[in-house]
Amino acid sequence: MSTAAAPNYELLQQDGLETSLLEVSMGPHHPSTHGVFRMDVKLDGETVVDLQPVFGYLHRNHEKLAENMTYLSSMPFTDRLDYFNSMSNNWAYALAAEKLIEVEVPERAEYLRVIMAELTRLVNHVSLVGFFINDLGALGTPLMYAFREREKILDLFEQASGARMMCNYFRFGGLRNDVPEGWLERAGEVVDRFPSFLDEYEQLLCENEIILSRTQGVGKLSRELAVSAGVTGPMLRASGVAYDLRKVDQYGIYDRFKFRVPHTDGDVGDCYDRFMIRMLEMRESIEILKQALAGIPKGEIMGNAPRVFKPKPAEAYGRIEGPKGELGFYLIADGSPKPYRFRVRPPSLINLTVLRDMCLGGKIADAVIILGSIDIVLGEVDR
Amino acid sequence: MSILGGGIFKGMAVTLRNFVSSYFSKERLTTNDYSWRPDGALPQSIADYPKEEGEQLRDTTTVTNYSRNFPMLLHDGGEPMDTVRCVACQICERECPPQCIYIEKDYDENGKYIKRPAIFDIDVSVCMSCQICVEVCPFDAIVMNSQFELSTPNRFGGLLVRRDDLLKSNDYYHQIHPEEAAARDQKMAAEKAAKAAKKKAAGEKAKAAAEKKAAEAAKAETKEGAE
Repeated sequence: MSTAAAPNYELLQQDGLETSLLEVSMGPHHPSTHGVFRMDVKLDGETVVDLQPVFGYLHRNHEKLAENMTYLSSMPFTDRLDYFNSMSNNWAYALAAEKLIEVEVPERAEYLRVIMAELTRLVNHVSLVGFFINDLGALGTPLMYAFREREKILDLFEQASGARMMCNYFRFGGLRNDVPEGWLERAGEVVDRFPSFLDEYEQLLCENEIILSRTQGVGKLSRELAVSAGVTGPMLRASGVAYDLRKVDQYGIYDRFKFRVPHTDGDVGDCYDRFMIRMLEMRESIEILKQALAGIPKGEIMGNAPRVFKPKPAEAYGRIEGPKGELGFYLIADGSPKPYRFRVRPPSLINLTVLRDMCLGGKIADAVIILGSIDIVLGEVDR
Repeated sequence: MSILGGGIFKGMAVTLRNFVSSYFSKERLTTNDYSWRPDGALPQSIADYPKEEGEQLRDTTTVTNYSRNFPMLLHDGGEPMDTVRCVACQICERECPPQCIYIEKDYDENGKYIKRPAIFDIDVSVCMSCQICVEVCPFDAIVMNSQFELSTPNRFGGLLVRRDDLLKSNDYYHQIHPEEAAARDQKMAAEKAAKAAKKKAAGEKAKAAAEKKAAEAAKAETKEGAE
């Protein structure tokens, strides 16, 4: 880890006393770091003058493992990248592999993929907001309300795929199985009830003076820096760029749904913006879900893709708008049943690179909130 | 709006509403509504558990047809090793993402390969319940169990499930995953029928070819005889 020099900072001279900077190692077992992650912070009193993120504690060799097994076998490992969003991780990988073997996905499977991905977005954003408020110091209550709603969606995942979190549900050319009878109705009920929860959640949080004063103007990220650092997802949109792969790529069948992409003007880009963008995105996800649940046809769930296949030597990059940002899988096939190169473009890691720029000059307590507002999962950062 | 702390009071009202109505509304509780589960409810009292030794509270795990825990090997009833479907082809061993399966083929006393596993171990402490093994198995021999009471005081091999413990009958499979088992049986019957039809067709073809050959030979013979 290269250590960039701390900004030119003059030590305080007070009453003839020479003070020095304090180096604090926040983590790797700090509760605010959402896993095993360390921030080496240099402090002047409470002000952050330098910060180095240190990660890799959770490295599991995901890419190299995937190069040593068949394409299908690494599907369950993609669940474990970002364990909040296993369904959308599956989708990104399936998209990349489907480009390699050129299979068609049946209509019903496409609809179910959209439904699962948007439910995943709800799960991610609702728990992110809960954790974010948790980082602010509101221990428990908002997080538990968030988890109550998350659990209803995880029940749906469990009924469809057999597992709450490690769903392993997507396959190349479709899905593993059709959803059970009555599932779509139950999903409809959950989706219909969700806005009333959001209304209540907004009442609880959005005008709360403590949240306003802790988050507004904290951790500003300019549009220029966000674009040049490759930041994607809600963070980029909070900095004023209306860039959403669902609109840009229109992968799957996203061209059929009407939805808006919430974004700011880009004049602030602080923690409050990032929090509000997620609240607004949940509303749009609900719109997509309603349209998808209304329009889903009957039919096949699986295209005729083989279980084990040898794609021709080629390259493919599949990317989706994951709840955290652009999640991409880059595959190089060499004609064998195993990929020659398997590369993940994790949104968490790339969004994390601007942490230092956002934290400098702020207070140490704000660094916790800024990290929370980036929305990282260490399983994906370290892979 | 403008009074200081108004937002906080508003938030407190939400908290209070949640707290009070959690006594009346199931909506406000985290784990509440099991009406969609097969038996309609979870066991209400932990004091009921365990009822008898070895008994599984099946209704808590088999939430759906697709619930999965760890793999098991299927046999078609009777003496397990006589009717086991597994032929020890080792495809699942190769495909298993965390490499938790170990298989050895079985040989008779003459060293001839008999189509069944001599050793079939699954280390369930490594298994990640992904059911890739189920999907790649060409013989429908391995499926997911929903048994979950697997805790053991034995740290050496306590979580290594051996072949004889993995063997479960198809009836048991029908019990825990009725729809999936029925679909699998149907698929297997269809495959068997297709195979039989193919074999029959091949047999008829061979017969026809043999008859033709015989006829030609007879013709040639008569020709020769005529000459």
